[in-house]
Amino acid sequence: MSAPLIELRDVTRRYDDGPPALRELSLTVRPGESVAILGPSGSGKSTLLNLIAGLDRPSTGTVTVDGVAVDRLGEAASARYRRARIGLVFQFFNLLDDLTVADNVMLPAQLAGMTRTAAQRRATELLTVLGVDRHAAAYPGRLSGGERQRVAVARALMNRPALLLADEPTGALDTAAGEEVQRLLTELHADGQTIVLVTHDLALAGNCATRTVQLRDGRVAADTTATVR
Amino acid sequence: MSTLGRVVRAGAGRHRVQTVVITMVVLIAVTSAVLGGSLLVASRAPFDRAFGQQQGAHLTARFDPAKVTTAQVTASAGAAGIDAVAGPFPVTQISVLGPGGRPRPPMTVVGRSAAGGPVDQVTLTAGRWATAPGELVLAEDSRFRGPPIKIGTVWTVADPPGNSDVTVVGIARSVSRTADAWVTPEQLTTLTGDRGPAGYQMLYRLTAADTTAQVDAARTAIAATVPAGALTGAVSWLATRQNAVGQAALLVPFLIAFGVLGVVMAVLIIGNVIAGAVSTGTRRIGILKALGFTPAQVVRAYVGQALIPAAAGTVLGVVAGNLLTVPVLAQTNRLYGTSDNGVTPWVDAVVAGGALAVVTLTAWAAAARAGRLRSVDAIAVGRTPRPGRGQWAARWTGRIPVPRPLSLGLAHPFARPLRSAGIVAAIAFGTAAVTFAVGLATSLSLIQEAEDLADVHIDARMEASGPGAGGPGPQPGPDGPRALRDPAGIVAAITAQAGTGGYLGQARTEVTVAGITDPLSTVALTGTDGARYYRMVSGSWLSGPGQIVVSTPFLTAAGKKVGDTVVLTDHGTDVTVRIVGEAFNTDDRGLQILTDLATLRAAEPDLAPENFLVSVRPGTDAAVYASGLDTALRSLGATALPVEHGTDELVLIIDTLTALLSLLLVIVAGLGVLNVVVLETRERVHDLGVHKALGMTPRQTTTMVISSVLVTGVLGGVIGAAVGVAVQRAVLSAMGGSAGFTLPAAIVDVYGPTELLLFGLGGLVIAVGGALLPAGWAAGTRTVTALRTE
Repeated sequence: MSAPLIELRDVTRRYDDGPPALRELSLTVRPGESVAILGPSGSGKSTLLNLIAGLDRPSTGTVTVDGVAVDRLGEAASARYRRARIGLVFQFFNLLDDLTVADNVMLPAQLAGMTRTAAQRRATELLTVLGVDRHAAAYPGRLSGGERQRVAVARALMNRPALLLADEPTGALDTAAGEEVQRLLTELHADGQTIVLVTHDLALAGNCATRTVQLRDGRVAADTTATVR
Repeated sequence: MSTLGRVVRAGAGRHRVQTVVITMVVLIAVTSAVLGGSLLVASRAPFDRAFGQQQGAHLTARFDPAKVTTAQVTASAGAAGIDAVAGPFPVTQISVLGPGGRPRPPMTVVGRSAAGGPVDQVTLTAGRWATAPGELVLAEDSRFRGPPIKIGTVWTVADPPGNSDVTVVGIARSVSRTADAWVTPEQLTTLTGDRGPAGYQMLYRLTAADTTAQVDAARTAIAATVPAGALTGAVSWLATRQNAVGQAALLVPFLIAFGVLGVVMAVLIIGNVIAGAVSTGTRRIGILKALGFTPAQVVRAYVGQALIPAAAGTVLGVVAGNLLTVPVLAQTNRLYGTSDNGVTPWVDAVVAGGALAVVTLTAWAAAARAGRLRSVDAIAVGRTPRPGRGQWAARWTGRIPVPRPLSLGLAHPFARPLRSAGIVAAIAFGTAAVTFAVGLATSLSLIQEAEDLADVHIDARMEASGPGAGGPGPQPGPDGPRALRDPAGIVAAITAQAGTGGYLGQARTEVTVAGITDPLSTVALTGTDGARYYRMVSGSWLSGPGQIVVSTPFLTAAGKKVGDTVVLTDHGTDVTVRIVGEAFNTDDRGLQILTDLATLRAAEPDLAPENFLVSVRPGTDAAVYASGLDTALRSLGATALPVEHGTDELVLIIDTLTALLSLLLVIVAGLGVLNVVVLETRERVHDLGVHKALGMTPRQTTTMVISSVLVTGVLGGVIGAAVGVAVQRAVLSAMGGSAGFTLPAAIVDVYGPTELLLFGLGGLVIAVGGALLPAGWAAGTRTVTALRTE
């Protein structure tokens, strides 16, 4: 069995005086897995995702991703870590309105120092694969929700991340667009991409994930590995 | 507290940066305005105000004691047109020995028992009035060169001989310039002994003294009350004023320039800050309206939100402005003989009211737009710029081969062009202020430098001029011809002295020129250093006899130009000369004629230099040189003193104000940038979170934020440098023009390419300086917090 890609040990995250968002949570994810984090609002799903992405730090416990002790990273190191290892997909896409689709997709690579020409080549390739290449010169505001999320996925994959993190990727989409994104994530997983997605959508979890982790009050309530489909 | 009050207080408290910026900008704007306004008021006809405060003498008359009694002089108060009199005061001339037993230039001493009186209320600036024998009060504008005389200085009276020492017990200022020094009448009697006073001084205030004709009429009326020939001289206050206002006029265009810069900049920044506050609060406005606030309540809430810090800034600004005005006015008081305390209540009231009105109007205009928005639209507007704005710029800068954070930042100003234009203007004003200030200070230094280039001054006179002859200095007086020291001997001593660089002998006389009514002061020059002391406007310097160099006022008055010939009449002899050059020479209101001594040789064979200006070779200690030369000259009866190269007080005042006002304007510009960058960063905080989530490091974030002000900084710097140069030229031209002079190019053109480049980059410095704080804030913002921000 391969070494875990993600390893959280006894992670607690407390905000101010309120109850902890996560309580002594431990979790491992292996390369190639597609894990859906499920749970009601306030159960700690987004906090878990933020900790893995290095956007937040645990109050106690350790977070290791791809051999990197994420909980010990400073701001700059954490940014470099995300650039190199993490692809992020958000519920509301978070595309930058004043940049074209192509410029949005190229951005993570350019921040990592890739030349514009090389970034352009990679972006074109991704946009083509994801079926939105015809919108490369358009601005995100002109695209449908499904198309925007495809662009967001393209941007997340730009630096060939070891891990794709998706926070409610279908939450802002209509049914048809949601199914479209669901198919996309399934295909990515089929190609070997490790995915951790946070969702309320049981259908999405059922179709995309090989494993579901149920959170309740900051703890793992259930951890189920699906039978091979 | 009402609901509206709570909303206002919460708004002011929540937007702390905007609140602080509004407070600071208003504080600085009000400080500048109070300072500028108070000085403007103080500089308005300072001579006239000082003259009024001191009950100055419209006419300073001198009577011959051999021909008139004191009773007759006193009776002259009954002449037509006389309003008040002071005197008669006995007058004499004394010479004292300074440190080391060196004779000082002679001075006119008046016997007065008190500083006050109905006319010429002399102001004591240090020490006290003379009350006992052996005490002397020195006029602050006395002709003494060298270090200032201190209270307690003891002088030996060399002439009249047989007198005991005198001690300086006070320094006083007479705007009418009625004496070089004062003693008690008893002391004056002691000083003159059997010889008696040289004259009686009578000071008159006239019922009408606005014109030369009115003053002349009074003089005639006075002369008619005393025996013929008893009135030996009478100096009009108009002549004294003419000498003083030339300097006073210099301050006015300067202060107006800074005042306009300050006010426009304050309006601009306050407008920008408040419009920004309303703009970022649009969503909040929508929520308030959804909760039941009427448009009027929304407007009142935002006006109140702006007025809280503005009122605090106004109060602090008025206090700071007055505190700063006091020391600056102390300098102008010294210069003009005024006694202003610096607090001008109506200026404070106008500035405070004006500042609050500007804030109210600007806030009202900005909030009214938001108040009219429908709630749903206001809520929907959100915080980020509407898509479409500046996309072309983002697309264009994305293609520039520079690191991506830099190109991302470069596009930011184009998303809010109006706001960016405002900040360009603010930076431009700040840069213009610095450019103008440095240029003006350089020009004024150059003007002063031309007058202060000598290292050593030699006084070759036997006898000085009388009182009220238009001020101190070696001018012809009413006391008859002077006997001069041996000029050839002095020149020989100068040339023999080791370390001599060059010298210029100045002989003074008066000539008449056809077309100009009054006799004109003429300086006949000899020596090697002539061109050193005069800056040319056009033409060339004297190259031999038969040539003259004059200033613009002469050319204007005579209707001549460089190259023309004029006939000078000197002691009845006509001398035809050619005007070979126009120089910048403010002496005698610019009507002074400069010529070679040989030009007037035929008309005045005995004309000889009464003073010499000597320059020393580089590396020579001027004080040691002067001491050596003084010893060498002692046998000739002449004195050599090192020239004090102190800064002229007017230049010092202008330099101080320039530095202060420039600093304030630069701070305001920096605060303007700070506010805009804070607004931009807040508006883009969610995008900032996205960038960080995608891997933008803190350093890259800082680069992006800083680069967002590069375009505005460079543009503002370039525009500001150009405006600063234009303002410097306009102000200098107005300053020169107000005194009737054309300034030489060497004084006006003070900016080289390097300086202009530096001033242009100054805009960038202001911009980057203002952006540093918010850039740090942006870099330190946690990604997850930024992403959560709506």
